[in-house]
Amino acid sequence: MKKLLTGLCALALLFPATSFAADPVKIGMITTLSTKAGYLGEEIRDGFSLAMAKEGGKLGGVAVELLVEDDEAKPEKGKQIAQRFAQKDGVKIMTGIVFSNVAMAVVPKLVRDEVLYLSANAGPSELAGKGCHPNYFSVSYQNDNLDEVVGQYVTEAGHGNVYLLAPNYPAGKDHLAGFKRYYKGNIAGEVYTKLDQADYAAEIATIRDAKPDAVFFFLPGGMGINFVKQYAQAGLGGSIPLYGPAFSFDERLLAAVGEAALGVKNGSQWTHDLDNPANREFVENFRKTYKRTPTLYAAQGYDTALLLASALRQTGGKAEPAALRPALKKADFASVRGNFAFGANQHPIQDIYIREVVRSDGGFTNKTVKKVFTKHVDAYAAECKM
Amino acid sequence: MLLFCEQLLNGLQLGVTLFLMSAGLTLVFGIMQVINLAHGSFYMIGAYVGATVALHSGSFLLAILSALGASWLAGCLAEALILRHLYRRRHLDQVLATFGVILFCNEMTRIIWGRQPLFMDIPAALAGSVELLPGLPYPIYRLVVLAVGLAVALLLWLIFTRTRIGMQVRAGAVNREMVAALGVNISLLYTLVFGCGAMLAGLAGVMAGPILAVEPGMGESILILTFVVIVIGGIGSVRGAFIGAVLVGLVDTLGRAFLPLLLRLLLSPATADSVAASLASMAIYIFMALVLVIKPKGLFPAHH
Repeated sequence: MKKLLTGLCALALLFPATSFAADPVKIGMITTLSTKAGYLGEEIRDGFSLAMAKEGGKLGGVAVELLVEDDEAKPEKGKQIAQRFAQKDGVKIMTGIVFSNVAMAVVPKLVRDEVLYLSANAGPSELAGKGCHPNYFSVSYQNDNLDEVVGQYVTEAGHGNVYLLAPNYPAGKDHLAGFKRYYKGNIAGEVYTKLDQADYAAEIATIRDAKPDAVFFFLPGGMGINFVKQYAQAGLGGSIPLYGPAFSFDERLLAAVGEAALGVKNGSQWTHDLDNPANREFVENFRKTYKRTPTLYAAQGYDTALLLASALRQTGGKAEPAALRPALKKADFASVRGNFAFGANQHPIQDIYIREVVRSDGGFTNKTVKKVFTKHVDAYAAECKM
Repeated sequence: MLLFCEQLLNGLQLGVTLFLMSAGLTLVFGIMQVINLAHGSFYMIGAYVGATVALHSGSFLLAILSALGASWLAGCLAEALILRHLYRRRHLDQVLATFGVILFCNEMTRIIWGRQPLFMDIPAALAGSVELLPGLPYPIYRLVVLAVGLAVALLLWLIFTRTRIGMQVRAGAVNREMVAALGVNISLLYTLVFGCGAMLAGLAGVMAGPILAVEPGMGESILILTFVVIVIGGIGSVRGAFIGAVLVGLVDTLGRAFLPLLLRLLLSPATADSVAASLASMAIYIFMALVLVIKPKGLFPAHH
């Protein structure tokens, strides 16, 4: 009997990860939960957790453990957390970073060290082009996508003279570049404001004076709330239409902007009203669990979890990057966005829409207006040599 | 020309908001020798309490009153519990402790109100614009903010020049040991000044609520400008704070508005825009440096 037991123990030691895989697969989520952008990480985390809850704490039939840490939107903090996850907790799969500057500090080193990174939000151009990597997958978008769609739509809508506004930092310039890639008309003015500027009265007076056909702006978070409110208060809301990427128009920001945002058109790869079974199920479950309408960030978190679930199911629970990579690349899951596939640079090939801010019962929400791009490929895919 | 008038008004309006913030801070700095980084938190508390009361009662007046009360209370509490113990400590200790208060207040608002920014509307009576000159519409609400700011400035001026308590506060800013030796209860005076300073910050916060996003950390972005104002105006001087605030408001707004146009006369549009963006965000700091070169203690220093 004793011999048998010893034999069993020896066997257990020989095959630790396969037959006796009682340990759940660890997933490290580095995201922003504090600072004023804290609700973004909350959305991603809640979306991801919802997909896990659907399977009773598993993904693809495999037990998983989600470790969540707050990066405070700081690159150095993100780096520390990534290091701790990788070295102390032995995490091989990470996700969750909200901001591109944090992603640029964390992701390149992680993927070199054979950790899989699945982006649930940030999609900086550097990681889509020359810096692409087999261990890096963007499940959300490439940052420019949501601006490109607006550029295309504004051109189709016949606006020939557009005023551009963004904060004076790298992402601000990238987003305006994304817009200009598809916009064919004249640029009435291109203004870069201070990061975290609160008062836009001077810029709004200049816009009124310039008399453009439309205004395109990228002002994430509180800056967008300030600008849209002040724009409407200055009486310009009715005369010069506003356009922007979805970041200033998620349902949680809309609650703070109020009526001022009504009628503003914005670009997004997802809206809660997209008509496909996966999305209907997601929106219904999310509302039931969290008592609010999900935003695009929650949808991205949810899709990231679904993608990982599909890959874990294919590998039968093998969580090594080498085993998961080919399975992830197939993107064999029902995305809440409908069409979803990975391009050569492992960024999404997906449909992108224009939506409009409308009234809903008791609040404000987005309504899909038009599918502008079908199976859109980002602009950097050709530069990726993988 | 119309554009210039409009930008001038915008600059003045930013200026009076900064004045409400800096009046309290400069007194606290001047009289108590305390660097209070947490002044922005009173601004945030005013905005949060005001937005909540406005949402539930629908009354803007009630919102203002409750914001004033809440920020005054917060100011008195902070003074009695924390700052009182720091008067004799080094400035670095004060910076550290009041920075801690900022973190505490931001986290507290997150616990009470959640991570989502709050919504606050302009009261119906003040919504819309008036045509100041033909072709120059201006939001009524911003005019009201401007008027309230000027009224507060006038009130403070009356208090400081015409009342006994104002005289004591001014004397305290110049030489507090002497004032204490003359039998003035300086501890009570400190609490009073601190509470009123916090209340003015709260007033600025609640009036900014309908224009800005009410969110955690909203006080910090205005706090930096406030420090610039009191450095330019001269520490401890309310008159300096007023002049400094208006100057900073004008320099900032006019810089943002007209630097791109001016530079376009000299450079190609793309270069002009990027240079102007950088210059406009530096404008107030360059202005502060210039003032300090000419008057190293600010425009109207209280200490000589």
